Amino acid sequence: MSASARRIWGLIYRHLALYRRSWPRLLDLAYGPVLQMTIWGFTARYVLNGSGGALAGTAATFLGGVLLWEVALHSQMGFSMSFLEEVWSRNLGHVFVSPLRPWEMLAAFLVLSALRVAVGVVPAIALAWLLYAYNLFLLGPALLALFVNLLVMGWWVALGVVAMVLRHGAGAGALSWTVLFGLTPFAAVFYPVAVLPATLRPVARALPAAHVFEGMRAVLGGATMPWAELAWASGLNLAWMAAAVALFVFEFRTARIRGALLVIGE
Amino acid sequence: MDAIDVRALRKRFGATVAVDGIDFRVPPGAIVGLLGANGAGKTTTLALLLGLITADSGSVRVLGHDMARDRFAALQQINFSSPYVALPYRLTVAENLRVYGHLYSVRGLEARIRELAETFALAPLLDRPAGQLSAGQKARVALAKALVNRPALLLLDEPTASLDPDTADRLRAWLLRYRAETGAAILLASHNMTEVERLCDEVLVMRAGRLVDRGSPAALIARYGLADLEAVFLDIARGRPEIAA
Repeated sequence: MSASARRIWGLIYRHLALYRRSWPRLLDLAYGPVLQMTIWGFTARYVLNGSGGALAGTAATFLGGVLLWEVALHSQMGFSMSFLEEVWSRNLGHVFVSPLRPWEMLAAFLVLSALRVAVGVVPAIALAWLLYAYNLFLLGPALLALFVNLLVMGWWVALGVVAMVLRHGAGAGALSWTVLFGLTPFAAVFYPVAVLPATLRPVARALPAAHVFEGMRAVLGGATMPWAELAWASGLNLAWMAAAVALFVFEFRTARIRGALLVIGE
Repeated sequence: MDAIDVRALRKRFGATVAVDGIDFRVPPGAIVGLLGANGAGKTTTLALLLGLITADSGSVRVLGHDMARDRFAALQQINFSSPYVALPYRLTVAENLRVYGHLYSVRGLEARIRELAETFALAPLLDRPAGQLSAGQKARVALAKALVNRPALLLLDEPTASLDPDTADRLRAWLLRYRAETGAAILLASHNMTEVERLCDEVLVMRAGRLVDRGSPAALIARYGLADLEAVFLDIARGRPEIAA
């Protein structure tokens, strides 16, 4: 294993060891997605039964939307919470004076984020299949593209949160719970972008998630994957990720100038 | 090659000059104490040496590496301990040492952990969470973490703060043994004058961001004509004009 890979593994190991010893953290991983799936599953069933089956497509988009949006939420939480764990344990000083490069720290958080998505969302997918006979994999190969785009969206939002923590201290960590939830109305998870008022549609169109969910609805409606939507989602993710990386680099440099790395958990 | 070579180092936070154009060197194998009242600039100096803070001007070379351009090469060979920077408290002692062993790419890590456990009498504690240890046990774990990569330069911020005299004495003995065995240099910031007199070959005294005096503990005591280093410290901290910065 190269020195760089070992450093990345060191930070991943630190968090795996933490989760191994903390059942509340483990429970928290799957709690949200399973709860959301339960609520929306029964809602979808109610809509389906009430419409005599006419709104089967709508019910399916509810369930697909819930499951895929949890990918973005867990991706973001998995990344930003990993950083916040270091802040809360007053361990950042040791991490930043070790040979671990900032990009290696971020790489470790990406892996932890992907693991958190796997552990958190897979039980919800299984629950959707068991309780509601809903198979997310019916989306076919397009599912992978939609999944990856939401994963990446979670990462750049988390990187923005981490940058804010570097700027404003541990208190800004509260953004970790709120930022992506705040974007939900514009992400077009449960309804098309066209439903939004005209003034808000550009906001939705600037988010990769809106394109992902437009694509999901098209596929669930029986159409082929609208590749233009996927291209928009991927392009926007690249642009937002570049902006988030630039913000992180700027805030990290500024934190070193201000001496904030010493007092970030205070 | 000096372990530390600091020239004209300056750092300002807003209107406050935290470090004001200091110069000093720490030769290999030396133990140097950094003294000063609270707010004198010791912690900022340590943070500048570690690259946690970027300097406004001046230069820091650690083990031959320019910290402004090549700090990660230096960080591989140094380590740091401070009672104000914790280790993850839910992880066991062994897990903590393993994490830092990986971060420093230590070869033969499990053997190194066993070696440190033996040196610092940590074997019975290896499977206990760090958060459940006493202050003395935590200090031993922190020192074990600081030595996990066999550093050529060790930076210590108040290494014996809040420790009982017995534990503090043992810790000082370990530091002296480590220096004797490896030839490593140690820079320590401390308010414990007995500790500084016992450990340090040279003392740097800071006040208001400036180095206002330096010398061996014996030389400083003689120069000020006082009974001990604590009296010298009080004399400087309370405003005696600088003598030979």
